[in-house]
Amino acid sequence: MSDPSELYEAILHGDARKAEAVTKAALEAKVDPSELLQKQMIPAMDEVGKRFECNEYFVPELLIAARAMKTSLELITPLLAEAGAEPAGRVVIGTVQGDLHDIGKNLVASMLEGGGFQVVDLGVDVSPEKFIEAAKQKEGTILALSALLTTTMTMMKAVIEALEKEGIRDKAKVIIGGAPITQQYADEIGADGYSDNASAAVALARKLAG
Amino acid sequence: MHELIEMLISAGPVVADGAWGTQMQQRGLSVGACPDAWNLERPDKVEEVARAYVQAGSQVILTNTFGANRFVLARYNLAEKVVEINRAGVEISRRAADGQAKVFASIGPSGMMLMTDEVSEADLRAAFLEQARAMADAGADAIVVETMSDPAEAKLAVAAAKQTGLPVVGCMVFDSGKNKDRTMMGATPEQAAEQLLDAGADVIGSNCGQGIAGFVGICRRLKAATDRPVWIKANAGMPEVVEGETVYTQMPEEFAQYVLQLVEAGAQFIGGCCGTSPAFIAAVRKKLQG
Repeated sequence: MSDPSELYEAILHGDARKAEAVTKAALEAKVDPSELLQKQMIPAMDEVGKRFECNEYFVPELLIAARAMKTSLELITPLLAEAGAEPAGRVVIGTVQGDLHDIGKNLVASMLEGGGFQVVDLGVDVSPEKFIEAAKQKEGTILALSALLTTTMTMMKAVIEALEKEGIRDKAKVIIGGAPITQQYADEIGADGYSDNASAAVALARKLAG
Repeated sequence: MHELIEMLISAGPVVADGAWGTQMQQRGLSVGACPDAWNLERPDKVEEVARAYVQAGSQVILTNTFGANRFVLARYNLAEKVVEINRAGVEISRRAADGQAKVFASIGPSGMMLMTDEVSEADLRAAFLEQARAMADAGADAIVVETMSDPAEAKLAVAAAKQTGLPVVGCMVFDSGKNKDRTMMGATPEQAAEQLLDAGADVIGSNCGQGIAGFVGICRRLKAATDRPVWIKANAGMPEVVEGETVYTQMPEEFAQYVLQLVEAGAQFIGGCCGTSPAFIAAVRKKLQG
């Protein structure tokens, strides 16, 4: 059989084909899927994040690593579910109303999926009502809001106000990001967190889910 | 060098224009509406913006066609209006320029990612060619491929624009990495320059992504990588939130303080991007005239 540590390397280097082959071989050899996840896959994505933070990796490397991670996750998730394991958390992500930009949002979504989160992607131009509806479906949901434009970022505040109005502000966490967004803005509108890149968004979501 | 570019830079650094989106919003463009569609719906308002830049001293003005490619327009169900919107955009800027400024038609990114197979190279190439041809047919003097994050997409757009025979400016956004000297895809100014020149760009440059202070180093590196002119359009700092409104707090004079440094670093076209206005362009012009 192949060595499960090859899975770590395959994800780190974004080799989806190898990730799939090693995962299959490991599962056939009865390696515990949650051990694969905890000891190989998540550490590999953590290392990808570290390399991104220190400018050794950029978006292309993030994307291919997330894709390799997803390939393996698709194989082990059904087994994990059978064993009663829960995802790292539930994230509902979308670009706010009036804004049609989705490259950044898609990146964050794939990194979160790679980080073991259940991700519900509402797409672009998402109204506060749709975010609220999705948040209501499960307590503890993390709402991840994206905006590229200075003119649409104010819709983030509208989502938080809508949560308050519905009386469910404490039942959901709100994280925000996008080119014009700053920590100052996150504090100002009362968001639970901000990150300036897709990799840091995973760390942030873990902190809030934990 | 293309003769138009040579003619423009022969008298010293050329003043380009500033931001359009915010100027149109001040004139009633609503949030979430398609800015490019205003070329058909409110040509008078678009022309006001263009004219304000000419009056402020822009020697080169762009067009309200940044998002007028098939992919972006499709998000507003306007994919079938590519030619019409681009033609109108160029005509509006030409009217406003009235012989006092050259019209460089703007091509922005598609919003699609090549690397995730969201779009094919062939489809992107075709979309940029469709847009560029409409601009050339309407009488644009040149084409500017701007705000590009992915060198692969920039290369396709520049090569498509070159097919019209017009001179082409290719600009990337450097907003990533610790020093903000990488594109989103990790390309350095040197790597971006190589790709843009390879595609045939007559002028290379950078716009958006950061405030003007960060552009001095990028400009120097682009200049060292080419014997072609360099184009710089910087943001007015980073946006701040003041009383619930998002604003750029940098003042035109602060912005213009960097102009001479940019010239020293090799910039031959200087303008503004997000957060700038005709007042910024007037300040840039004043600085260059000493």
